[in-house]
Amino acid sequence: MTRSAPAHVRKVRSGEARLWTSRRPLLTRLDIELTERCNNDCLHCSINLPAGDREARGREWPAGSWKKLLDEAASLGCLVVRLTGGEPLLREDFEDIYLHARRLGLRVMIFTNATLVTPSLARLLGQVPPLEAVEVSVYGMRRETYEAVTRTPGSFAAFRRGLGLLEENGVPFIVKGAVLPATRGEVEEFEAWASRLPGRPGVPSSAMLFDLRSRRDGRKNELIAGLRATPEEFVRFSTRRGGRAFEEWREFCARSGGGRGDRLFMCLPSGGSAAVDPYGRLQYCLSLRHPATVYDLAQGSLRGAMTEFLPEVRALRAVAKTYLERCGLCFLKGLCEQCPAKSWAEHGTLDTPVEYFCGIAHAQAVAAGLLEPGEKAWTVADGTARMKRRS
Amino acid sequence: MNDGIDLNKAYEPSEDVVVREIEGEIVIVPLVSGIGDIEDELYTLNETGRDIWTRLDGTKPLAAVVRELAEEYDAPAGLVEGDVVGLLEELIVRKMVVEKG
Repeated sequence: MTRSAPAHVRKVRSGEARLWTSRRPLLTRLDIELTERCNNDCLHCSINLPAGDREARGREWPAGSWKKLLDEAASLGCLVVRLTGGEPLLREDFEDIYLHARRLGLRVMIFTNATLVTPSLARLLGQVPPLEAVEVSVYGMRRETYEAVTRTPGSFAAFRRGLGLLEENGVPFIVKGAVLPATRGEVEEFEAWASRLPGRPGVPSSAMLFDLRSRRDGRKNELIAGLRATPEEFVRFSTRRGGRAFEEWREFCARSGGGRGDRLFMCLPSGGSAAVDPYGRLQYCLSLRHPATVYDLAQGSLRGAMTEFLPEVRALRAVAKTYLERCGLCFLKGLCEQCPAKSWAEHGTLDTPVEYFCGIAHAQAVAAGLLEPGEKAWTVADGTARMKRRS
Repeated sequence: MNDGIDLNKAYEPSEDVVVREIEGEIVIVPLVSGIGDIEDELYTLNETGRDIWTRLDGTKPLAAVVRELAEEYDAPAGLVEGDVVGLLEELIVRKMVVEKG
């Protein structure tokens, strides 16, 4: 003990490795999809059953089951839980589940469209803060565009009211946009508006490479695919503020090294996080619903899933010839969104190259000078040399 | 008295924080607003802080905590008292402990 110790209490961001002096806990983050249902009916959404879907509602885990799961998560060292959907605020027991998580000492990320924020919920979030900014999806700057996306009359006014309540109660939030045919003309306006909101400065994120439904609904998937930006549109949008994007793309490629070989999972660190759907099925992430990668928590435990099941999933390897010959050799993996979840949503397999994301990555690489037009990245014998030559 | 901290009083963790022990670390998580900077911050204790914190049970006066630690570490009581008071000052400023009784 020493009188000169400068500070006994250390303030740390929970994601920082220096929080841990010995070893990281078994579980650091848990994503919970409280419901597949949503009160909006967005054109591009990969998860939105009707709010009144009684069959889905009847199968959803009750609050008691979620609380038990949160108890187990906290006992495994979990620090952050993400409550998402569908629209998580559709759950009448949302406040109960939220407060339980906070009383366990969990930080809570809430993904919402804000239309169902009530004065009482906003007050609660002000008094017992989630310790993470609430993430609000925004579908347009005016009623006509917003409701052309949500296909729900009255949703724009409800969203503005909800956002106002968060602001009045001092609840930190960030907004996220979606670049769709209806909202494409409003991007600048959205960004200017977002920059004036309290909270984090900077340009808000805007989605334009929409995921297909991981529950593999063919008709909805056709609709979503038709709303996606083309590779050329994506490059134009990403570089509209100048050439910094090109440098970043080259850096992503350089940092990520060469091809994937037969590896499937590139996105998450070993251990640490997991996702659970509304019915208590644990997954590697919320989008990956291939039967071989889903664990029924009713038949096991979170600890069992973290120690035995997920390591087995992570060890799965690609066998498809096209994957091994293309993704396995491609030096653009730092740019490409290919992953088992996207392969599952598009093709019902874990290891089929997804042409859409392949096209996006190739367009970026051509724009950044890493490829010639028409050239395929997996035919480049030495990707590392290519990156050095062009940087 | 030391800078407003009474060694004859007992202190305990505030109900406005949640205290967790994860992989050997004491992690203090704000529960209500006004404790931390709201967003994304947690608090941990250094080794000295941890040894003191675990003795703040709401029944033991700080003077007894100082005596226990001085004995355990075989250190001068004056030196230990400095650490105990230092930690309590930090915790009180952050509303993480409350005086009992």
